[in-house]
Amino acid sequence: MSESKGRYGIYGGQYVPETVMNAVTELEEAYNKYKDDPEFIAELKKLYRDYAGRPSMLYYADKMTKDLGGAKIYLKREDLNHTGSHKINNVLGQILLAKRMGKKRIIAETGAGQHGVATATVCALFGLECQVYMGAEDVKRQSLNVYRMNLLGTKVVPVESGTATLKDAINEAMRDWCTNISTTFYCIGSVMGPHPYPQMVRDFQKIISEETKAQLMEAEGRLPDCVVACVGGGSNAMGSFYDFIGDESVRLVGAEAAGKGIETKLHAATLAKGSLGIFHGMKSIFLQNEFGQIDPVYSISAGLDYPGIGPEHAYLWETKRAEYVDITDEEAVQAFEYLSRTEGIIPAIESSHAVAAARKIAPTMGKDQIMVITISGRGDKDVYSIAKYRGIDIVES
Amino acid sequence: MNRIDACLSKLKAEGKKALITFITAGDPSLDTTEKLVLTMFDNGADIIEIGVPFSDPIAEGTTIQEASLRALSTGETNLDTIFELVKRLRAKTDKPLVLMMYINTIFRYGTEKFFKLCKENGIDGVIVPDLPYEERDEILPYAKANGIIPISMVTPASHERIRAIASQAEGFLYCVSSNGVTGTRSCFSTDFDSFFGEIKKSCKIPAMVGFGISSPEQAKKMSGYCDGVIVGSAVVKIVAQYGKDSAEKVGEFTESLKDAMN
Repeated sequence: MSESKGRYGIYGGQYVPETVMNAVTELEEAYNKYKDDPEFIAELKKLYRDYAGRPSMLYYADKMTKDLGGAKIYLKREDLNHTGSHKINNVLGQILLAKRMGKKRIIAETGAGQHGVATATVCALFGLECQVYMGAEDVKRQSLNVYRMNLLGTKVVPVESGTATLKDAINEAMRDWCTNISTTFYCIGSVMGPHPYPQMVRDFQKIISEETKAQLMEAEGRLPDCVVACVGGGSNAMGSFYDFIGDESVRLVGAEAAGKGIETKLHAATLAKGSLGIFHGMKSIFLQNEFGQIDPVYSISAGLDYPGIGPEHAYLWETKRAEYVDITDEEAVQAFEYLSRTEGIIPAIESSHAVAAARKIAPTMGKDQIMVITISGRGDKDVYSIAKYRGIDIVES
Repeated sequence: MNRIDACLSKLKAEGKKALITFITAGDPSLDTTEKLVLTMFDNGADIIEIGVPFSDPIAEGTTIQEASLRALSTGETNLDTIFELVKRLRAKTDKPLVLMMYINTIFRYGTEKFFKLCKENGIDGVIVPDLPYEERDEILPYAKANGIIPISMVTPASHERIRAIASQAEGFLYCVSSNGVTGTRSCFSTDFDSFFGEIKKSCKIPAMVGFGISSPEQAKKMSGYCDGVIVGSAVVKIVAQYGKDSAEKVGEFTESLKDAMN
């Protein structure tokens, strides 16, 4: 047995119960074995192309560019992927691994339901039993995604404990994993949890930045000046940033959920207001009180409603390689409406946080500069809750 | 000698099995916890684990999750007040006290300060279910510096890890009866002969079995495999039912466990 693994500076590690240590080690070995295996890569690439619809488009947003009057804006259209978000990139990778590891039962947690839907979809494709844990609060606000998962043959378990949101869904998924460790593969949806998850999920998501780089090189012959993505656990942002980390001229911006404002208690702005802790398998930054009790968090976006952040983001933040800004519910809703009207693209409320950050930053940049915004998911799932936010009841009778 | 080592070597010399019980601090109040710890010691508990409630206890079943929530919701339960409780208990008992808690509650409090206060107030060991062998250095130097024993855990899923874990374990080895979370179980699917056979090959200290043991019958049967049993959720269930007035019932239950084993 070796020593602590999976570190990004002081962040990361494997802080999980003994029961799952062999499972994370087994997963790490399988991942290391297959990640460079030509057959595995070929199968994943084929699925990315034929099933998920990759590469996702890099779209020049002309109207938005002119309207904001600053940098040229490109949208990385992860919303056009099959299942409607970037989550499918990671799920396809993990399920191919699970298959090779001989696992028959898949569990996952989900916040907004995007990761749950992606997992349910791929499990349907491969004929695997799937159970998704979802906070009871999120089940209510994302009922469309719950129905989609059911339709795909997945059992959705509403989690009533704690704050009944994403962190509680992760707690319950971890308890299930401890209990059914020999049969079950835990498909974590973000760049979080114990090693090897943060690294593995990032590797399955880094295709976002690799494609962006190649597509922009073709369109503009150069690197972007700024890349913006929303951050909850941080998977789409990590994927959007990763291939640019070595390119120091590229400014990397993550948009955190400030909910009702970071001066209130109703937010999920981990890096703005959090402190160093150890939770959900990793040392990272968490919203917590002085005694280490994890804070209840809030955001209009169920997918960003998480009191922590992936360890590699914590490291990018500490080393100032990436910067993180706070976007309130109101700013995100305005950005949701703005992109819908300006470009005819309805972004997920999560991704709307990135759009809102971009609306602030782009006008401060030169017209010769380029900004890429990752639209991590589509907003169909959010239409009901945004209408409700605006005081409109659209429930059909 | 640490109180845990002293207690367990005395039991061994007498040919007796150890009874370790658990309750959540502050459920439903810290005064009740104080009373219950003393009652359990009076009725045959050899070592008591005091659970430090955590908002997100991933290794616990619903019984202890709910107890943690009850304890935290009073607003009076935190490490400062738990150390005060331990200090009061130390004035009344010399028996071993262990804190069971999640790594974040130690880390955020300040690991160095935490272990210093453990020593000052009379804690003998800590059990941290989300701190595996690989991450033990997070607490090991501080625990050692203050003479506090970090209790190691093995589970039926540990397999070849048992050797490394058991050979460096101190105090007692916490053997988890079955994969999963804490909570009472009507039956176990673990092959105990093979599990404890593996453990005994490398474990030089007493081995205790816990998770799911809820009746005198189970305590008797399970203690046959090792040096004693750990009973948690079954005690917490009594506290959940009787609250501040649970001392008598908890005492009776503790006595029934002890009697069944010896």
